[in-house]
Amino acid sequence: MMTFLAAEGAQNPLIPDTTELVVGILCFLIVFGLLGKKLLPNIQKTLEERHDAIEGGLERAAEAQAEANQTLEQYKAQLAEARHEAARLRQEATEQGATIIQQMREEGQRQREEIVAAGHTQIEADRKAAAVALRQDVGKLATELAGKLVGESLEDHARQSRTIDRFLDQLENNAANAEATR
Amino acid sequence: MSAHTLLAESGCHLFTGCGFPAPGLDAFDFKPFLTIGGVSFTKPMLLAVICMVIVIGFFWLAFRKPKLVPGKLQLIGEIGYNFIARSIAREVIGKEGSKYVPFLASIFFFVWIMNIMSVIPLAQFPSASRFAYPVVLAVCVWVTYIFLTFKKHGFKGGVKNLVWIEGLPKPLVPLIVLLEFIQNVITRPFTLAVRLWANMFAGHMLILVFSIASWYLLTPSIMSAVAAGSFVLAAGMTAFEVLIQFLQAYIFTLLTSIYISGAIEEGH
Repeated sequence: MMTFLAAEGAQNPLIPDTTELVVGILCFLIVFGLLGKKLLPNIQKTLEERHDAIEGGLERAAEAQAEANQTLEQYKAQLAEARHEAARLRQEATEQGATIIQQMREEGQRQREEIVAAGHTQIEADRKAAAVALRQDVGKLATELAGKLVGESLEDHARQSRTIDRFLDQLENNAANAEATR
Repeated sequence: MSAHTLLAESGCHLFTGCGFPAPGLDAFDFKPFLTIGGVSFTKPMLLAVICMVIVIGFFWLAFRKPKLVPGKLQLIGEIGYNFIARSIAREVIGKEGSKYVPFLASIFFFVWIMNIMSVIPLAQFPSASRFAYPVVLAVCVWVTYIFLTFKKHGFKGGVKNLVWIEGLPKPLVPLIVLLEFIQNVITRPFTLAVRLWANMFAGHMLILVFSIASWYLLTPSIMSAVAAGSFVLAAGMTAFEVLIQFLQAYIFTLLTSIYISGAIEEGH
């Protein structure tokens, strides 16, 4: 084998040419330098960014969906609460209305009774006053009338008083009888 | 003198008393088109430089200002990038693989474009059929492999990772250690380089044979039919080569990722 290689000399294809080695290594290192250090990392980054963009877009969409759902739930909850509140207010208003009407009714009743009571008191007082005034007037009139009838002045006060009292008693009896029969 | 020039310059045909100018190793030796201070520059070097410019140019245009919503060129670049990142780095190395995608992608696209040059008119030569280019790449892979092994496991663990297999019967240990050392440290990078080189070499040779034969057999005789057949085969081989070029670039990258995976994994 070795003698064959030696015999072939410069023509042996398995002995690399020095200049070609240098050119080859330079070419490859330049390719590797530019591709490996700049261009391919460039595209690697871009591919990752694109991956992120797509994945991120999906994630963002899912997030928005979730948020929309949450908002919808909130609205529904708020709506239900508002309905509940409205119903409660209506109920309260009805109750309050009933209470007010009741109170007004009681108040009216009370005022009516007061007015009626005051009327009664007034009437009683007037009646008493009238009775007193009447008693005096009737006494005086009777005395005058008696004086005129008997022609004498009933100067005897005691007798006068007795006569008046007897008369008045008779009157009161009459009144009591009248009331009893009524 | 390369077979190319022989073919173009000679009016060598069947029945003209001229033998078949079979292509040989000289088909892979080019006359320098430029010599500066004793350093000669040949076509494969020019092609390698052109491939470097193409790879860098493409990815520069595609990935210089990458956008979230990619343009057409960026989309094509992304397909290429994802091919390496997913079906090689992720698949073979796993989660840690993303760190090595730039290295793997640089290897894959540089090798692939160099290979494709084999079927591009005027270029029509795979630089990887010159042994120096696969060697350079294999050395880069080897250095990466050794570096990662020792970085990950430390010196002792690194050596153990390179040569040791757990649970061996005692008498076998020296033999296996020797074999493991040879396999991991010597033959792996060597086969990595030779595989790419030999495939490109053989592919180019096949196309040459059938191309030259169709020219050689093209005579005013019944042999023109054979020439036509040979031409069809040359075209077929060219199409086949396109597949092989991709496949070899893929295999080279795949093996690289397997070595990296072996270097960084626990035990082995």
